Amino acid sequence: MSGISAEQVAHLASLARIDLTDDEIASLTTELDQIVASVAKVTEVATPEVPATSHPIPLENVFRDDVVGETLTVEQALAGAPDHDGSRFRVSAILGEEQ
Amino acid sequence: MSDDILRLSAAELGERLAAHEISSVEATQASLDRIAAVDGGVHAFLHVAADDAIAAAADVDSRRASGEKLGPLAGVPIAIKDVLVTEGMPTTAGSRILEGWIPPYDATTVRLVREAGMVPLGKTNMDEFAMGSSTEHSAFGATHNPWALDRIPGGSGGGSAAAVAAFEAPIALGSDTGGSIRQPAHVTGTVGVKPTYGAVSRYGAIAMASSLDQIGPVSRTVLDAALLHDIIGKHDHHDSTSLRDRWPSMAEAVRTADVDGLRIGVIRQLDGEGFQQGVLDSFHAALDLLEGAGAHIVEVNTPNFEYAISAYYLIMPAEASSNLAKFDSVRFGLRVTPEGGGTVEDVMSATRDAGFGSEVKRRIILGTYALSAGYYDAYYGSAQKVRTLVQRDFDAAFAHVDVLASPTAPTTAFKLGEKLSDPMAMYLNDIATIPANLAGVPGISLPAGLAAEDGLPVGIQFLAPARADARLYTVGAALEKLLEEQWGGRLLDQAPDLTQLIAAQEGAR
Repeated sequence: MSGISAEQVAHLASLARIDLTDDEIASLTTELDQIVASVAKVTEVATPEVPATSHPIPLENVFRDDVVGETLTVEQALAGAPDHDGSRFRVSAILGEEQ
Repeated sequence: MSDDILRLSAAELGERLAAHEISSVEATQASLDRIAAVDGGVHAFLHVAADDAIAAAADVDSRRASGEKLGPLAGVPIAIKDVLVTEGMPTTAGSRILEGWIPPYDATTVRLVREAGMVPLGKTNMDEFAMGSSTEHSAFGATHNPWALDRIPGGSGGGSAAAVAAFEAPIALGSDTGGSIRQPAHVTGTVGVKPTYGAVSRYGAIAMASSLDQIGPVSRTVLDAALLHDIIGKHDHHDSTSLRDRWPSMAEAVRTADVDGLRIGVIRQLDGEGFQQGVLDSFHAALDLLEGAGAHIVEVNTPNFEYAISAYYLIMPAEASSNLAKFDSVRFGLRVTPEGGGTVEDVMSATRDAGFGSEVKRRIILGTYALSAGYYDAYYGSAQKVRTLVQRDFDAAFAHVDVLASPTAPTTAFKLGEKLSDPMAMYLNDIATIPANLAGVPGISLPAGLAAEDGLPVGIQFLAPARADARLYTVGAALEKLLEEQWGGRLLDQAPDLTQLIAAQEGAR
């Protein structure tokens, strides 16, 4: 089941948007391999007839009336942003040159 | 005088405040002075809000003076785990990625304790995003156990537990995803409760794993935990998983505690191999006391608990990897722009590399793996099935017993650094606490004694069926009373003098 490669970890890191260094990828590859080998134990008892549980307490959808509730002001929402123009969050280019 | 104030439980302090014998400003100042004196050695706090605390205390004092009817903990100082957002106080969840962020709103639990007249002292240290069992994964340095400064205070909520054990605060708020309230209570000789999932609002709690996280009380006595539980255990329309139950008073359960005829199931899988002898000895001595008080002790089997830790370390990282996607350098927190600029994705990736610590990266990558196509059914899908099996074990056990009992964790506080380089060894600390989170059932840890081999605190854990939180307070309060009669006081009375420990540590440098 296991056998995680450095290439796989690098791919996972790009999916998770973390720019890992080569050293980080190397150590994570070893650690992940050990962890996954251990947690794969779940497959021993997870037989087809056992239903999955996603949530500890059974829940139903929760609805509310479609009315304006308490909301943050624009100033409050922008107060913690690394960059903004007074009414919107500001980010760098969405597309690179080759895109 | 200020020493006496510090030794009072939250309930005792509340009574003295109500009787006008002490003012909230005096009590708050005593806590602030204690923090100034010992937190250099303990490092329980990431932020101390001294001026705001004194102002809040003065406000409660004037309301009391004008004859306003106040609750039992009005005017009592409280420490708040840094996982809860606080308006006007920095909130980091122990991470560089949120350093300096001041949230624009209060978590519901923070709002409720403020409305109850409690006085927030500041924010307590924790493993980054609550990922750890020792606080060593805090980006701002580890917290030290007040019983032995070279040892872990537990985690992730080591700051809240240490603050309470060090008499810096009478009571605190914590969060428990796999044991982060109960395991720190175990290693610091304090009390911690994880309520039933949904009993306490998670609104404004920075999420690690949304189907496992729960907020709860951290205290020195069972009654204090109950009083805080009564304040925060309310339905909240901001949290769609918040239960609408009408809860009985937990404080009342403490005051009427009687275990005569109570059926206590000892979990066989958590009573033997892998557990330190002194932990097991304290555990069994506590059970003997309960039996002497009329409780029936029986052994129960929970065969699937063996798989709980594996399921947890798939479900928790999977949920965390998705919850932590919000730290994208756009709306709050750190932004790191790579040299020469880059697209928003480059900025995001550079920020997340610089802002997250190693354990957070490990869990995000593990969660991303568990959820990726081709592995989803084998790992995440199987883990969800194990969750069903663990719930069935609880259902079968609770058909025969009222509560379950186990040691809270396998060992007493280990040395700082001892397990830092071995993630799997660190994860095993949670072996006894994780099943409750998977099944959503409530749990308490309270002091059971000191381990003979190292003189460090040991906790005993009780678990109850979902929604039967009051039973934890019944059995916890009964045992606490029996033990304190035996000890001639509280377990924390046996803790070494912290001021001397700190002086000795500084002398050794």
